[in-house]
Amino acid sequence: MSIEINNLRYVYNPGMPGETVALNDVSLTIGDGEMVGIIGHTGSGKSTLLQHMNGLLKPASGDVFVDGQCITDGKANLVDIRRKVGLVFQYPEYQLFEETVAKDVAFGPRNLGIEGEELDKTIQEAIEIVGLNYNEIQNSSPFELSGGMKRRVAIAGVIAMRPSVLILDEPTAGLDPTAHREILSMIRRINDNREIIIIFVSHNMDDIANMCSRVVVMDKGKVSLEGTPQEVFAQGRLLESMGLDVPPVVHIMNKISDEVSGFYSSALTIDEAAKDIREYIKRKK
Amino acid sequence: MIRDITLGQYFPGKSPIHRLDARTKIIATFMFIVEMFIVNNFWGFVIAGIGLFTVIGISRVPLKFIFRGLTAVFLIIAFTFIINLFMFDGRILWHWWIFKITYEGLIRACFMVIRLVLLILGSSILTLCTKPIALTDGLEKLLRPFSRFGVPSHEIALMMTIALRFIPTLMEETDKIIKAQQARGADFESGNILRRAKSLIPILVPLFISSFRIAQELALAMEARCYHGGDGRTRMNEIHFNKEDVVAAVWMVAFLGIIIGSRFIR
Amino acid sequence: MRYNKLVMNKEKNKTYISVHNLIVDFTQINEEGIEEIKTRAIDDVSFDIEKGSFISIIGMNGSGKSTLAKCLNGLIEPNSGEVIVDGMNTSDEEHLWDIRSRVGMVFQNPDNQIVSSLVEDDVAFGPENLGVDPAEIRQRVDHALKQVDMYDCKDKGAHMLSGGQKQRIAIAGALAMRPDCIIFDEPTAMLDPKGKLQVMDIIKELNREGITTILITHYMNEAEQADRIIILKKGKVYSDGKPKDLFSNRRLIEGAGLEMPPLIDLRDKAGLPESATTLEDIICLLK
Repeated sequence: MSIEINNLRYVYNPGMPGETVALNDVSLTIGDGEMVGIIGHTGSGKSTLLQHMNGLLKPASGDVFVDGQCITDGKANLVDIRRKVGLVFQYPEYQLFEETVAKDVAFGPRNLGIEGEELDKTIQEAIEIVGLNYNEIQNSSPFELSGGMKRRVAIAGVIAMRPSVLILDEPTAGLDPTAHREILSMIRRINDNREIIIIFVSHNMDDIANMCSRVVVMDKGKVSLEGTPQEVFAQGRLLESMGLDVPPVVHIMNKISDEVSGFYSSALTIDEAAKDIREYIKRKK
Repeated sequence: MIRDITLGQYFPGKSPIHRLDARTKIIATFMFIVEMFIVNNFWGFVIAGIGLFTVIGISRVPLKFIFRGLTAVFLIIAFTFIINLFMFDGRILWHWWIFKITYEGLIRACFMVIRLVLLILGSSILTLCTKPIALTDGLEKLLRPFSRFGVPSHEIALMMTIALRFIPTLMEETDKIIKAQQARGADFESGNILRRAKSLIPILVPLFISSFRIAQELALAMEARCYHGGDGRTRMNEIHFNKEDVVAAVWMVAFLGIIIGSRFIR
Repeated sequence: MRYNKLVMNKEKNKTYISVHNLIVDFTQINEEGIEEIKTRAIDDVSFDIEKGSFISIIGMNGSGKSTLAKCLNGLIEPNSGEVIVDGMNTSDEEHLWDIRSRVGMVFQNPDNQIVSSLVEDDVAFGPENLGVDPAEIRQRVDHALKQVDMYDCKDKGAHMLSGGQKQRIAIAGALAMRPDCIIFDEPTAMLDPKGKLQVMDIIKELNREGITTILITHYMNEAEQADRIIILKKGKVYSDGKPKDLFSNRRLIEGAGLEMPPLIDLRDKAGLPESATTLEDIICLLK
């Protein structure tokens, strides 16, 4: 399973006064089981890029291959593509509409023609993988749940379509710290259990550093930087010029590295940073 | 697509048309609408068109921008044309099976289309050149004499203000919900009417819930900013008539006279 | 202006808002048609807020933060207990508009608190409701827009603005009522990093200018910047103190379902002593 994007270009309102180039010559390849983070300032083209990956938008030029199949040549079966590539929008809880959790989660798989026992099984699995108790919750109204739970039900609705790629657009926006942690561990669980490719968009650099094996930086409709979190977050200045930041712990470690001679750390997470400090102290003694 | 609708949008400017009192413009628009139904021949439409385009010229709103509003209602215009084209008896120009086009029908259809286009352009000038708040204030003041008979003029005006404000927000929200449900494999395009109507439920329910949430939050925000009905409210920009409005009024009456006169051109 | 500042400084330690044994219940009608208590949102809460101070209220979702905030300007009437704002009781119908004009409020969703399509008309909404003279409204609106650095956008349509800009307009809308105090209810939750920083900068600047500031937030780095933090848990005051003291107590913070600020978290995990509370302290230790 892979996603391959070649020279993608997209223009909003072509020929109109408000014409804007949203994507300009974007190329990207994402392979099996990867967890890729996409970062970029508002208006950098992130959301537009995501919507091309499951055929919600048609590019002006360039093409997108999902699992070797071109989805932009007009011949592709869009229902099939949307089954393979699940897209969870920002604040997905606002799309819930059924009377019960189970019915809402069933909406996606039903559209794919899954019925009967298989449907029940799919729903149960999806609800459990997002960390909710199926028996407790299946018959309750999605509108009576807490914010974090509603969001997980909405994500279950996409997972129930058994996608091979799961795209999450700011899945933790507006949640409290506890719900935030729960969503992150849910994403890890999905990635481990099903070897799904995860594409994770976030403004929270800490989350990106902790979760992703690769980071793609978007700026003004282009991929401006790409690499491991270490490589990307070493470019603090460049990121800042694009209205982005590095994880808070990087700021701390840079400051310490500057002030304390003989100390250097490129840690991106608290745990790595703590390890570096411990080792430094041991060495000094 | 859904965002192209320019209806109700404001085009900032400082032209004489922009500066007129909103009440003058509302009355002028109302008169123009009536005039469009007084006109009964080709010359009348020419005169009305010259009048309208003079106003557009003075307003300095780009023509491209004004005509964009028409594309949104193109279907309605086309429908009106076809209905009128086939609906009239008279001198037959073309004939096939039960369909026939008559000379009278053709004239009638053309007149209806011109009328409709002028009406839409005329009313879009009102919204393009009047700040939404001035528009609703003007309406409130015009309706005030009727509040004696139980017309809630302040409430109507406030409802219009909020409606104008939230059109773009709700359109964006609709766009988002449609895309989110499409990503879940929803299909809005195939099947018979019943199936298609049913396929709208996953859009309508979230949209209703969103609008209730927005309404609730907005009501709270308005209360927090001391909103307590129309009593004792003041306005930052009090609207008042001035010299330009008198000039405009003279022109409006003269124009009405000319339009009535046009009925007698042979 | 300068004179005002002096007066404010003088009054700085005066209590501005005081909350006594506040209880708020959310009720629902049960099957027999009788009203019953569904949840107790605020459970016997008391505290004082000093004039000119900067207070942050944190806690998990459902801990009662927003409900508490809405009690402070009379948007919610408590079931028992009282809130006194500058000597006026919020349950006293007579003072309600006076209280709300003095205690402004900015909400989470930037879209859903803007009433008018045009920026300056929206900022004018508050003073218009108060019946302020038109010339004075003009002045207030211009000043408020300058305070949030949005004066250049005064003729723009609200739907053309970014989330951060909309939120600044909402702040200007509160400022135009000339409040003594502004409550910010998760003002940055829906913004991007740049918008978050801009809004926080404005909040801090307004507090420096003497406005009593109450900030409800999920972000510990924002809460840290207050003079004092109140932690709520299940409708009760779980803890109340200086940010330094609270955040050095891991058990307390984690018990409330919250998160340690990165620096303190790092200090603990690296096994450094608790006496180090700032980055400078840690650098000194390592040198």
